[in-house]
Amino acid sequence: MLTIEEKHQIDHEIGLVPSPKNACIEALKIVQQSHGWVSDESLQDVAEYVGMSTAELDSVATFYNLIFRRPVGRHVILLCDSISCYVMGYEGIREQLYEKLNIQYGQTTADGRFTLLPNCCLGTCDRAPALMIDNDLYRNLTVEQLDEILSKYT
Amino acid sequence: MEKPLTQHIVPGRKPLNLKEYEKVGGYESVRKALKMTPAEVQTLVKDSNLKGRGGAGFNTGLKWSFVPMGPEAATPKYLVANADEMEPGTFKDRVLLEGNPHQLIEGMIVAAYAIQASISYVFLRWAYKLAAQEITQAIYEAKEAGYLGRNILGSGFDLEMHLHTGVGRYMCGEETALLNALEGKRANPRAKPPFPQVSGLFGKPTIVNNVETLCNLPHIVNNGVGWFKSLSKSPDAGTKLYGVSGRVKTPGCWELPMGVTIRELLEEHAGGMQDGYLFKGLLPGGASTDFLVEEHLDVPMDFGSIQAAGSRMGTGTMIIMDDQTCPVGFTLNLQHFFAQESCGFCTPCREGLPWVEKILLAIDKGEGKPEHLLSLDFHTKYLGPGNTFCALAPGAMEPLQSALKYFREDFERHIHEHHCPWSKSKAWQPSI
Repeated sequence: MLTIEEKHQIDHEIGLVPSPKNACIEALKIVQQSHGWVSDESLQDVAEYVGMSTAELDSVATFYNLIFRRPVGRHVILLCDSISCYVMGYEGIREQLYEKLNIQYGQTTADGRFTLLPNCCLGTCDRAPALMIDNDLYRNLTVEQLDEILSKYT
Repeated sequence: MEKPLTQHIVPGRKPLNLKEYEKVGGYESVRKALKMTPAEVQTLVKDSNLKGRGGAGFNTGLKWSFVPMGPEAATPKYLVANADEMEPGTFKDRVLLEGNPHQLIEGMIVAAYAIQASISYVFLRWAYKLAAQEITQAIYEAKEAGYLGRNILGSGFDLEMHLHTGVGRYMCGEETALLNALEGKRANPRAKPPFPQVSGLFGKPTIVNNVETLCNLPHIVNNGVGWFKSLSKSPDAGTKLYGVSGRVKTPGCWELPMGVTIRELLEEHAGGMQDGYLFKGLLPGGASTDFLVEEHLDVPMDFGSIQAAGSRMGTGTMIIMDDQTCPVGFTLNLQHFFAQESCGFCTPCREGLPWVEKILLAIDKGEGKPEHLLSLDFHTKYLGPGNTFCALAPGAMEPLQSALKYFREDFERHIHEHHCPWSKSKAWQPSI
C-alpha cells in the first residue's frame, strides 16, 4: 500500500503533467526512495494509482538502469565502466571490490550492506577512475583508498 | 582571452548565488531580450551562428525558427535543457551545471522567450547530485526574484521551470527519446517528422537545447553577434568547452576559442602524455566519434574541420588512447556500452550491437578468426547511417570503423597470435 506521504508526493507530480500516467517514472522514484527498490507489490500499487496496467508500468520500470526491480543493499556502489575509466584502469578497482565484498556485479553482500553495480559514464572522465556510493562521488580512485571509503558506510 | 561561459566558475567554490550573479551582470540579458520581439531574439541568435553544443552542431536560431509562432500556434510550448550528458568521455556540461546554474536559467529564459514557451524543464542525469542541488536552489532564487513565474519583470511573459532527474539511460540524450522519458514512457526515439519543434512534449511545440548551447545565449544577447564571432578562431562562432581524458598529465576541461587545434589541447592544456605512455589515437568528441591519429593533431577542433578529417566534433571532449591500451579492448569497451544502452526498438541496433560485442570479445580473448574482421566491416556498413531508427548504432559504428581502419594490424595480431598482446585487456569482462 502506498503511504499517505507517498500519495501526497505522487499527487504533486501528477499535478504537473497532463495525465497521471505521465508521472509514472516520478512515482516509481518516490516509491524507490522509501523502500530502496520497487517490489512487485509496489509496482502494482503505483500502476493502479496512475491508471496503467502493471505490465505497462513494468515495461517502463525495467527500461531504466536506476529503477531497481530487485532488492538492493543499504548502500549501492555504482562503478563507472566507461571508456575513460577503462583507460585509467577501473578493472583493478573492480577486482578489489569483488574480493573485499565477496560479491560480483549485480550481487548484494551477505550482510545486506552493499550492492555492486556497473554504471556507464559518471561524467567525471578527467578524474577517472570513479565510483558512486549512494549520493557520494569518489574520483581519481586507487585500490589503496577502497578500505577507507567502504568503512564510511555501515 | 575572453571566457564568457566559465568566467564566474571557480573550481571547488560554491557557484554564485542570485545576488552575486546579478552584481556581475547576471539576468541583464533577460531584461534586454524582453524588450525585443521574440523574432528579433531568434534572428540575433541565428545571425550569431551559434551551433548546438550537444554534438550535432545545428544552427540554434535556425532550429528555433521551425517553432510555430503567433496567436494560432498550439500552446503551451515547451523548452527543455538537455542536461543528460551520458556520452562516455563527456563531462563538460557538468562544469556549467555545478559551476554556474544561474547562467543556464538565464539562457533558458532567453530561449523560452524567443519561442514563446511557457513551461521549461531541466532534464538532468541522475548521477549529477551536486548539480541537482545547485539548480534547485537557483530555480528557487530566480522565481523569488521574479525572473520565473508569471509576468516576468512586468513584461507579460510567463515561464515555469522544473527540474526533472533522469533514471539512467543513454538514450535519454536523444531529443525525441528524452521527450518520451519526460512523458513517463520508455525512452525510445520517435519518428521524424513531425519534428519536436512542431509536435514535441505532450504533442506541443518543443525545443530541446544542450546546456552549453543555452549558456551561450545571455552573452550573445548582451554583447552581440560581432563580439560572439570574434571569440572564435574558426567559421564556427564563440568559445567551446573542450575536455581531455586518458593518460595525459593534466586531464581537464577548458573554455577556449572554437577552432583550437587538437595538438594545443593535448600538449598545452592537457600537458602531453604521462611519462611512459605514448599517444596512439583519440576520439575527438566522445564515444560515438571516429578515431583520429597522429596525422590529425594539427586539425582545428571545429565542426567543419573535424568532419573533413573524417570524424565528428561531437561534444568536444576528447578521449586519448595510449600505446599501452589495447585498441581491441578499447573498442570492445565502447561497443559493450552501446549494446547495453540500445533501447531495443529497432532490430539492427538491438541484434547487431551485441553481435559486434561478441565478435570483439572473441578477438580480444584470442579466439578470433580472420573472417571476423569481415563481419565487423559488414556491421559498420549495415548498422551505419540510414539503416537504423536513430543515431545510436551509427554512432557506435564510428569508433569501430575507424579502429578497423587505423589499428587493423592490432586486430590481426590478436587473431594470428591467438591472444591479446596487451595484458591489460585480459582483465576485461563484460558487465551484467
